[in-house]
Amino acid sequence: MNQFEAKVSIRLRPSVLDPAGEAIKSAATKLGVQGINSLRIGKLIEVNLEAKEEKEAKEKIELLCDRLFANKVIEDFDYDLKEVNE
Amino acid sequence: MSNFTVGIVVFPGSNCDRDMFWALEGCLGIKTKFIWHESSDISGVDSIVLPGGFSYGDYLRCGAVARFSPLLNSLDDFVKTGRRVIGICNGFQILTESGFLPGALTTNKNLDFICKDCELEIISSKGSWFNSSNNKINLPIAHGEGRYFCDEDTFKELSDNDLIALRYLNNPNGSSYDIAGVINKGGNVLGLMPHPERACDNNIGGNDGIFTLKSLIEFS
Repeated sequence: MNQFEAKVSIRLRPSVLDPAGEAIKSAATKLGVQGINSLRIGKLIEVNLEAKEEKEAKEKIELLCDRLFANKVIEDFDYDLKEVNE
Repeated sequence: MSNFTVGIVVFPGSNCDRDMFWALEGCLGIKTKFIWHESSDISGVDSIVLPGGFSYGDYLRCGAVARFSPLLNSLDDFVKTGRRVIGICNGFQILTESGFLPGALTTNKNLDFICKDCELEIISSKGSWFNSSNNKINLPIAHGEGRYFCDEDTFKELSDNDLIALRYLNNPNGSSYDIAGVINKGGNVLGLMPHPERACDNNIGGNDGIFTLKSLIEFS
C-alpha cells in the first residue's frame, strides 16, 4: 500500500450568499486594507490515506467529497492529491 | 389508534426530543418511543420524528453526519411504505442532507441565532400536514443555520409539484423564496425549520403546532 495526502477545499457555490465571508470582509476593511472586492470562507480538509495506486486514492477522495465532505446543492469542492514518500 | 406509536429518533446532540415527547404524550396523548440513532429496527413504530438539535455536533454541516446513522439507512424503506416522517429544524437539515427532501440549509443571512415566533403561510395541502381552514399559523423558530437554499430549477420543481409546505411572511433568515418547509412528492415526508412541538399548549407558545403533530397519526 502507498501513502497519499489530499488537501480538499470545500467552497460555497458562487450563487450562495456567504454571510460569514461578508462579516470578515467588513472587518478586513476596518483593518484598513482597501480594495477587497470579495471574500468568501471555505473549509480545508486534510486527509492521509492508503491506496494501491493514485487512481484508487483519487476514487476514495472523490467518494468522500461527493458523499460526505460537500453538499453539492450549496458547495463545490476540489482537491490536490499527492503520494507521500516516507 | 390507541396502539399507534410515534418514534422519536435520538441522535447524540438532539435536544428537542424531550420537547417532542412532552408535546405528543403530555399534550396530545399520543404514544411515543425513543429510538436511538444506532438502531436500524423501526418496525415497531407507525411514524417517525427527526427532532431538532445538533446531531453529532453538526461539525461538518448540520445533519451531514446523521445521514450515515443506521437509522437513516432504514428510513428509505419506511418512507416507501407511505408512513409519515417529520423532520423539524435539525431533522429538516438531516432530511435534505440525506436526499429525502430537495434543497439545503445553511447559515442565516444575518449570522444571528434567531429564536422567535414567526408568522407562516400554509402553501400546500399535500399530505394534510396543516389545517387547511387556516391560511396562516404562528410557530416558533430557533436556529442559526435555517436559511433554506434552492436554485431556480428546484424552486420550479417544488412549485410545479405543490411541495412548498410553508412560507415565512417576514423572512427572518434569508431563505430562498421565503421557504420555511417542504414536502416530498409522496406527501408523507415533511421538513420544516419552525417547531410545532413548541406550540402545543396555549399557556406556552400557542397551539398552532397541534394539527401537524396530530396529523402524524390521523392521516397515516
